[in-house]
Amino acid sequence: MNDRDPHLATGALRVAPRATLWHHRFAKAVAACTVLLITAGGMVTSTDSGLSVPDWPTTYGWNMFTFPLSKWVGGIRYEHTHRLIASTVGFLTIVLAVWTWRVEPRAWVRRLGFAALGAVILQGVLGGITVLLFLPPAVSIGHAGLAQIFFCLTVTLALVTSPGWTYTVDPVDDRMLRRVAAVTTALIYSQILIGATMRHNAAGLAIPDFPLAFGHLIPPVWNAKVALNFAHRVGALVVTTAIVATSSHVLYHHPRRRELAWPALLLLGLVAVQITLGAFVVWSGRNPAINTAHVVNGAAVLGTSLVLTLRSFRAGFERLVQPIRMPQREASGLGALPPRGVQP
Amino acid sequence: MSSIYRVLAPLALTAAIAACGGSDASKSAEPASPKAAPDARRVDPATAATISGKVVLEGSVPENPTIKMSSDPACGSSELRGESYVVDNGGLKNVFVYIKDGLGNKYIFDTPTDPVKIDQKGCHYVPHVVGLRTTQPLEIVNSDNTLHNVHGMPKANVEFNQGQPVQGMKNDFTFKAPEVLIPLKCDVHAWMNAYVGVVDHPYFAVTGDGGRFELRGVPPGTYSVEAVHEKLGRVSLPVTVGEKDSKELTFTLKAQ
Repeated sequence: MNDRDPHLATGALRVAPRATLWHHRFAKAVAACTVLLITAGGMVTSTDSGLSVPDWPTTYGWNMFTFPLSKWVGGIRYEHTHRLIASTVGFLTIVLAVWTWRVEPRAWVRRLGFAALGAVILQGVLGGITVLLFLPPAVSIGHAGLAQIFFCLTVTLALVTSPGWTYTVDPVDDRMLRRVAAVTTALIYSQILIGATMRHNAAGLAIPDFPLAFGHLIPPVWNAKVALNFAHRVGALVVTTAIVATSSHVLYHHPRRRELAWPALLLLGLVAVQITLGAFVVWSGRNPAINTAHVVNGAAVLGTSLVLTLRSFRAGFERLVQPIRMPQREASGLGALPPRGVQP
Repeated sequence: MSSIYRVLAPLALTAAIAACGGSDASKSAEPASPKAAPDARRVDPATAATISGKVVLEGSVPENPTIKMSSDPACGSSELRGESYVVDNGGLKNVFVYIKDGLGNKYIFDTPTDPVKIDQKGCHYVPHVVGLRTTQPLEIVNSDNTLHNVHGMPKANVEFNQGQPVQGMKNDFTFKAPEVLIPLKCDVHAWMNAYVGVVDHPYFAVTGDGGRFELRGVPPGTYSVEAVHEKLGRVSLPVTVGEKDSKELTFTLKAQ
């Protein structure tokens, strides 16, 4: 990071320094790996392989990293792969947190790096606990919910370290957009939590048909699993409505703002895919590949909505951002950089 | 950073505690406390009766699913049939039959110390259904040249999940409370499942050829005898036996 770069202070549009670009690329890579991790986790639950490795952090007594490849059989392939990808993502997150702390002038971004690190460590511990306690729904749902939080943190880091974010000029300042986008993101996350609750209570096929429920609009029979399943279906309607509202607002009021219009369009496409996948989960009798695709696409919907939301708040960040403090800069006696938009 | 440590330290401790308690929880079960009344007595073999009979399946026999074991080369590439519905000479095998009610706490029974064995052989459990007494050991052996995890999923007893990565490994498990039936599964090989019936008296059997069963040495009295199948549920019949009596029961389980 070039902490003497005057363009950081003035907000002028220009090419980002190479070091910053590589940091941003690395943050994007971590976010991509997190998608891979969520995919692996989805395969574990979709194939009911969560307990195929009974011990943790060891694997059948082996050190996780020395477990023989020849023993990756049956359900172990999914669970052990998930553990190894999780370890890799954990390591990458350590690097990202330290790298961010070293090069990032914005204190809140540096904190975000360590928040991601804390989240991934907690996620690993939750994963271990849920195995040792035989997948209690509460812990497993917490594991699934935190996975999405961690993903959101990596997406946020990738976004706010991007040149597009750093050098944005004249960001959109639209209160209605901020509200509708934030509510949509919150609704998507809530819907994911309901989905995780349904999944970890074996209620995914509690209503065996789609789009009707036992041949009716409203299920004629009720129990806890049917209620969960139906709540997820109602949630899908609510989320779709919210996404359509947000995207319509963007496309109507800010059609020329590519940083908003593209995620809005993508969001519409992803939610259509998501509903289709959800239908096929039921029609296929919970096929593991389709089920996993539904989980991963759900994360993509959340991530896209988050990007749109953060960009809608971009103007507010100018006011929220604290005076830039860099440990190295202060140690060298240069003092803190001024806030953005303020000439040094 | 210090706040991170404050959060992570208790979590690590929790994980450590969970690890200690979760790896072999089944062995923490204490021996069952005797439930016999103060005036309880041993069953007199000279007056004991026999209850025998058959379990039949009504309706068309459901098809057992085809098991593809190709996910583990050590299990072989052949296809097996599930063992849920084995009908032999009109009778249903692998049904657990036991005296459910009527014994009360009037009798004293010695609990066998020799284990009941289940072998993991050819990537399936042999036998498919077993019965044993509370606190009697259940020995599970891995005779396969691959790893298995033995995952017991009781409700009244302590759940366990024990890895057996090496051929020849064996582990003993005990169950403190009566429970019929406890599913066993291997999460590595999703098709592997077995069932365990745990009771606190010696009057139980698993139906064999022709769906036949026999309960010997039953003291005279009136009982409710129950037949339990892993898929078809349970059905009970009343029976009264006198001294040296022999009674024949026929249980009918309905295919859904």
